[in-house]
Amino acid sequence: MSTKVLEAIKINKHFDGAQVQQVLKDVSFSIDKGDFASIVGKSGCGKSTLLYILSTMDTDYEGDLIIDHQPMRLKSEAELARVRNEKIGFVFQFHYLLNEFSVVRNVMIPGLKLGKYSEKELEERAMEKLKIFGIDDQARKMPNQLSGGQKQRVAIARALINDPLIIMGDEPTGNLDKKNSEIVFDLFQKLAREYQQTLLIVTHDMEFAQATDHVIEMEDGRIIK
Amino acid sequence: MRYKLLVNIAIALSMARWKQTLVAAVGVTFSITMFITLLGFMNGLNDMLDGLILNRTPHIKLYNELKPSLVQPVQLASAFKGHYHFIRSVKPYGGRLEIYNVNPIMDAVAKDERVLGIAPKISTQVFYTVGAVDVAGVINGVDVEAENNLFFFSTYVTTGDYIDLKNIPNTIILGKAAADKMLAKIGDVIQVTTVTGEQQQLKVVGYFQSGLNDLDKVQSYTSLNTAQKLLGESRNYITDLQVKLKDIELAPAMAKEYSALFGIDAEDIQTANSQFETGSSVRSTISYAVGITLLIVAGFGIYNILNMMIYEKMDSIAILKATGFSGKDVKRIFIMIALSIGVIGVMFGLIFGFLMSSLIDQIPFDTPALPRIKTFPINYSLKFYIIGATFGIFTTYLAGYLPSRKASKVDPVVIIRGK
Repeated sequence: MSTKVLEAIKINKHFDGAQVQQVLKDVSFSIDKGDFASIVGKSGCGKSTLLYILSTMDTDYEGDLIIDHQPMRLKSEAELARVRNEKIGFVFQFHYLLNEFSVVRNVMIPGLKLGKYSEKELEERAMEKLKIFGIDDQARKMPNQLSGGQKQRVAIARALINDPLIIMGDEPTGNLDKKNSEIVFDLFQKLAREYQQTLLIVTHDMEFAQATDHVIEMEDGRIIK
Repeated sequence: MRYKLLVNIAIALSMARWKQTLVAAVGVTFSITMFITLLGFMNGLNDMLDGLILNRTPHIKLYNELKPSLVQPVQLASAFKGHYHFIRSVKPYGGRLEIYNVNPIMDAVAKDERVLGIAPKISTQVFYTVGAVDVAGVINGVDVEAENNLFFFSTYVTTGDYIDLKNIPNTIILGKAAADKMLAKIGDVIQVTTVTGEQQQLKVVGYFQSGLNDLDKVQSYTSLNTAQKLLGESRNYITDLQVKLKDIELAPAMAKEYSALFGIDAEDIQTANSQFETGSSVRSTISYAVGITLLIVAGFGIYNILNMMIYEKMDSIAILKATGFSGKDVKRIFIMIALSIGVIGVMFGLIFGFLMSSLIDQIPFDTPALPRIKTFPINYSLKFYIIGATFGIFTTYLAGYLPSRKASKVDPVVIIRGK
């Protein structure tokens, strides 16, 4: 019980358009500490929608979301921002680095926001993370001088800077070529195995999903497996 | 620590678009410059025009007005008490124009703490006799030193030395226009005839130029003694007491007080010259309106640029929010950008406004009507700088507020999923 880092209880969501369309139906599951889980399904099955609800960014849903034993339902926007900052790391399909800041600075920003470590400590930590991914030599460059694969690795380093409870990925390899996809996938493996990092990755790549501990398969807004 | 991070991000965002940021700041600078210059120039002119009259007008004038007696004999008669009195064709009582007990009144007024000074004056109608022609005029007998201290007499004496009036008996300073009409040069002796028919020879020792030509056509100045001699009156003969106060705003109330206390007529400057204040305030209002319009236009510039910046930086805003920045933080970042554009723009605006004012201050402005004025007048009051700065920063804050609210409402899910 105490090892559950994230729990979804009967999450429902519908889009109110011309006709009401239910995209998530009674989705319930949980992720334990150290889990390397993936959500798979065809495009349009609601897997990304589910991820954004789990990430606290989308608050328009019914049901309960519990992260680190705390219910998210009634938290204010600022409190949710704090939860995202402290407990969740994100990796998106696109890297979303800030072009105005150097690579190491980009990695540091969520840490500076949290304010737990001094700027100097944070810089050391950021360099450490970059080193894990073998891109510490690029730290002083600007993001637009990096290749796509390198940028994605920087984004993963940024997700790790606050030692989050869980890392969520939305098709993190979707935008990369085969070789870079493999590198990124290996990195996730490494994080899960060597650092016992909890990971929840949305993907449509079955090969990727097969290699995770725990596959959540979705279809038409429901979990089928 | 947290603020430092927000400041860093604000700087990075505005530097990424430094040309636009600069244009916005230049807009603010320009409008503040114009605001300061316009108000300084406008108020300089106002001060000059007001000074034409107000500097030389006493704040309170004590005098005896020629007027019909308020109480007619029939009203005093006990036999007709309780009757209605119909009195027709009442005429002013031909009383004396001089102020009774003038010395005690002068002493009492001079002791009043609110009073800056008092200057006695004799005002009388005369004819200047030029050959066979008589030209009507007014002679003011003044206490030369008091007049100079309180009403800047010397600045209006354009030729000759004003103090000669006091030092040389039987002298006169003629209005420039009157002198031109009479072809009277300095050192000439002119003949003056009073309304009672007395004649006197007076030597011209200077010209007087007020800036109001109509006034200069009739007015001349002599010393008190000369005027008393001219009228054949004693040394106690004074027709006007001119009082200057420390605070001009007290004039109406004090005029009433003196009128009641001394039993004479008292006129305050506000009543005598109300039209000047109206003119000044209208001119000021117009310049404020124009200045503030300029600032608002600059505000729209900032609004536009921030809006554009927000559209361009949608991705950055989304990722900041995804990684733990709240809507409030994002709002602060954009307000900071707006305010720094505002503060820098305002600062340069104040400097350029001052320089521009100084430049206008150097432009020659020669007009025969205003002998004292050599260059365009400028008012350097700190008030305009404070109003300009306050309003400038306030406008930029407002201009930044709406876009930053929009930025704070950006939904990261929409942006990130949209890719």
